[in-house]
Amino acid sequence: MSTHTITTQKVNFKVFRFNAEDDYLPYYENYSMDVTSEEVVLDILNRIKWDHDGSFSYRRSCRHGICGACAIKVNGRSTLACKESMTTMIEYFGNELTIEPLSTKRAVKDMIIDKADFWDKHAKVNPYLVADIDEAPTCENLVSPHEAEELDEADLCIQCGACHYACPVVEINEDFFGPAAFAAAYRFESDVRDSDADRLIAVNEEKQGVWDCAKCFECAEVCPKDVNPISKITKLHQMAFKKGVAKNNVATRHAVGFFHSIKKRGVLDEGGLVLYSEGPSIVKHIPVALQMFRKGKITMPWNMPKSDNLDEIQKLIKSSSTVKF
Amino acid sequence: MKKLKYALFTGCTAKQSTPEQMMSTMAVARKLNIELIELTEASCCGASHLQDYDDFLSLVLNARNIAYAEKHELTMVTICNTCQLNTAMTKHRLDNNAELKARVNEKLAEVGLEYKGTSLVTHFLYAIIDDFGLDKIKEMVVKPLSQFNIAPFYGCHNIRPSELHNESHKTAENPYNPTSLDDLIIACGGKNVEYEQKNKCCGFHIELQAPHTAAVLTGNAIAGATDQNADMMVTPCPLCHLKLDTQAHHASKAIGREVSLPVLHMQQMIGLALGCTPAELGLKHHVTEVNFI
Ligand code: SF4
Ligand code: SF4
Ligand code: SF4
Ligand code: SF4
Ligand code: FES
Repeated sequence: MSTHTITTQKVNFKVFRFNAEDDYLPYYENYSMDVTSEEVVLDILNRIKWDHDGSFSYRRSCRHGICGACAIKVNGRSTLACKESMTTMIEYFGNELTIEPLSTKRAVKDMIIDKADFWDKHAKVNPYLVADIDEAPTCENLVSPHEAEELDEADLCIQCGACHYACPVVEINEDFFGPAAFAAAYRFESDVRDSDADRLIAVNEEKQGVWDCAKCFECAEVCPKDVNPISKITKLHQMAFKKGVAKNNVATRHAVGFFHSIKKRGVLDEGGLVLYSEGPSIVKHIPVALQMFRKGKITMPWNMPKSDNLDEIQKLIKSSSTVKF
Repeated sequence: MKKLKYALFTGCTAKQSTPEQMMSTMAVARKLNIELIELTEASCCGASHLQDYDDFLSLVLNARNIAYAEKHELTMVTICNTCQLNTAMTKHRLDNNAELKARVNEKLAEVGLEYKGTSLVTHFLYAIIDDFGLDKIKEMVVKPLSQFNIAPFYGCHNIRPSELHNESHKTAENPYNPTSLDDLIIACGGKNVEYEQKNKCCGFHIELQAPHTAAVLTGNAIAGATDQNADMMVTPCPLCHLKLDTQAHHASKAIGREVSLPVLHMQQMIGLALGCTPAELGLKHHVTEVNFI
């Protein structure tokens, strides 16, 4: 292989310190270190503890990206400490790095947080196989490779919480299950052996369920195992329609409304979509709609644009649709 | 330099609730001598909501849009982050899955079209940076925006997922510290504002089903920019624009603090620096008045 040279550079670390038992408020400690291009973030945590302050606390176990214990935040970005190379961190953020726990609000001691909210939500999606098991089977319960592919690597999740504490909706809406719980829900919903009837209903409930996901892709960006939780959320949306679990509410009509609008004119009828989604609740949008109208931002039905060759679009919708609501 | 020419996918918003975005796109293209062939046959991209309903149908419709760009043998430019995401995602999936591509093409054949994978899909912001060049914009500036602090608001779907961004554009963008829009502000003579929310979500897509969450996200963004002394914000996404421009009142109520800033489309910002008139740029179509001209 190539002759790999190890480079070294100086990095200033600002490290979150807090002991819920003694400290009234958290504070930050500064450390300067020479960091080599070989090191991962966990090496830095170790060196703080071993070389500077033995009381510095953090979780780690496997050091191989398997146990999920070591996730923290570097400059606000969720990071699995034993997997993330310092070179990438310096590339992202430069030589001034802030080391914090996944959630400063939930800090117990330094990097260690109380992850109860994460586990509670995880538990709510029945994250296990629900099936009638024949206790004395005569042959193996086979799953074909094709069926196993349906899991789409959702089973690689190590419950590190990186995505959960990076999700802006989790931050605002305390009922929201969050990306990791949804990835777990998908992992079992997509398993041919599973027959749980409650899980998909739970993840379709308002406020807690997938319909409150803002589609920001933060979870996909931070996941150290490439689970891509937002892609699983999208699949749970689709499953809700396919399995007839989708409720008739503003969120589902918002999705179905696109279908109707495209069928009618190719392009989206924005006002029509809001009306279709909201029904009588449309009245709450009137003040903003009036302001927009005054500024020439509302298109009247008789001026609504249409795609050219609309007949093609309509033909394709007829032949390619795979869902009915 | 050879004249730049692209197939323009306008998306729906530019044709309805953000007419100023369409006007300023065309005004800037004229100034930069960029030719835009509008794909008038294109349908809506589904905005990631049709994708929640019927994945295969959304692939077929987006592949059809791209097929029209391919017919012109041109790169498709988008002017909406979410159009960019859904179109580039379709391209990514079809280009990496021959079986799926064949299934989609079987449908497209019914209307005499084919998706080949020959056209690139890129957002206008990056077409300007990668193909036209910021140095040349700088040289063309006649009214530098030097007295303004401008807060860039990138919008999720242009920068995440970063793999998709980097596959679709020549300039790689750091998803945690994007710089393209900052560089554009500087090229226009303005002062770029650093603030925490520049790469965060505005909440647009859940405005109907989760209005409180959506309003807090918007409020935090405007407040973050305000606290760093921004005079205005600028965004490459008409959906972000709608949210930041028209929802400031709800956002203020949700975060318990009165916030409001004028928001420019990146095309309007370039247009102002290049000497376009406010009328050409549709500045009268903003709900939060653009009061500094
Ligand atoms: S995409 Fe959805 S689940 Fe993922 S971080 Fe964003 S809001 Fe949360
Ligand atoms: S989905 Fe990824 S980031 Fe989220 S908990 Fe699982 S492994 Fe961690
Ligand atoms: S994302 Fe919005 S603007 Fe773009 S095509 Fe879809 S609906 Fe239209
Ligand atoms: S910032 Fe807002 S409008 Fe822009 S991509 Fe994210 S959610 Fe969509
Ligand atoms: S120490 Fe186990 S995942 Fe990092």
